[in-house]
Amino acid sequence: MSEKIEGHVGELLKQGKIRAFVGLKKENGQIIPHLFTDATDLDGFYTGDKDGIGAIRYPLNKVLVQMSQKYPDAIFGILVRGCDERGLKELSKWNQLNPEFIVPVGLACPKELAEACECIKPYPDAFIDGEQVPGISNKTVEKVNALKISDRFRYWMENFSRCIKCYGCRNICPMCFCNECSLEDMALIETGRIPPETPIFHLTRAVHMAGRCIDCGLCEEACPVDIPLRTLYKKVAEIIEGHYSYRPGYDEKKSPLNILGPRPEDN
Amino acid sequence: MNFRSVATICPYCGCGCGMILEVLDGELIGILPNKSNPVNEGKLCIKGWNAHDFVISSERISRPLIRRNDDLKEVSWEEALDYTSSELKRIRDQYGSDSIAFLSSAKCTNEENYLLQKFARAVIKTNNIDHCARL
Repeated sequence: MSEKIEGHVGELLKQGKIRAFVGLKKENGQIIPHLFTDATDLDGFYTGDKDGIGAIRYPLNKVLVQMSQKYPDAIFGILVRGCDERGLKELSKWNQLNPEFIVPVGLACPKELAEACECIKPYPDAFIDGEQVPGISNKTVEKVNALKISDRFRYWMENFSRCIKCYGCRNICPMCFCNECSLEDMALIETGRIPPETPIFHLTRAVHMAGRCIDCGLCEEACPVDIPLRTLYKKVAEIIEGHYSYRPGYDEKKSPLNILGPRPEDN
Repeated sequence: MNFRSVATICPYCGCGCGMILEVLDGELIGILPNKSNPVNEGKLCIKGWNAHDFVISSERISRPLIRRNDDLKEVSWEEALDYTSSELKRIRDQYGSDSIAFLSSAKCTNEENYLLQKFARAVIKTNNIDHCARL
């Protein structure tokens, strides 16, 4: 729990620099997302360390998108770790958020969390508390890459076979905001099958995460059957970086797969 | 401007997964799994992820309806209750207590489920009571 951040947020609210702050609250022993609107009422303000540093992380960006849709003229503060900031940058590029109405309050992640996440950049550009830890290299992807191709295929097929099609990975993803989701398209994904068609269901999602996934890891945390989704999406990010020198969330460049233009000709 | 999270338990199966209802200005806008809950540790099944749907569903019945000639007709509460009680009485007297079955729902409160089973057992005097979570 960071008192520095609580103090900073209190100041922002008191001075009217933000209308409200999207953060976390500890209530009855539970840590839940909360909107703080009053500098004098920061009861239960929390930064998510219950059983370990940053143990409880929620997709606060999703809450922010819903808030700003209803209140487009209000300025919101939001608690951001390295990954959340990448999410904010990407959501702005995809026109889901207006960065002029957002005040990020940064928190750098400690070494244990950075290692658990194998995070390339476990700190936002500017942060109020926490110490900057250097990025961690990707051991899980290397391990899978080292398997010979038939073992690699079997590894993924075995993992996908446990899927119960809960859509948790998609529901919790801060970057998933499509009104019509491909995973619910009857032409692509047959209904009524558990596990859903392997590997098409997961490969469809992986392809959609190309140039979009900010590597927050909430998908893997939300998977009830522990499918190594993060490893899959990290691999996809590696491929995109190799071909286009692009990684989502690091700069203002748009994704090479972000085609917002005229409708392709129907044939 | 008021956003709050209400930590609650999924109403469906007996697992009792913790979930968080997102309420914006008094309106239910979404669900998140509760990561602080030791039962599900931040994970939900597809029913849990959509448990908020029935609260705001447009398909909810909001007025008493009686089916007459294959048509659902809106009636007053008095007429609906009179009709239900007289018909249940008639069917029980004519065909016996076990000719009637009661089906409750995981979407109801525990208190409502208690009332229905009490009604089935003590008033109609049948054991034919079940619940959608068992199906």
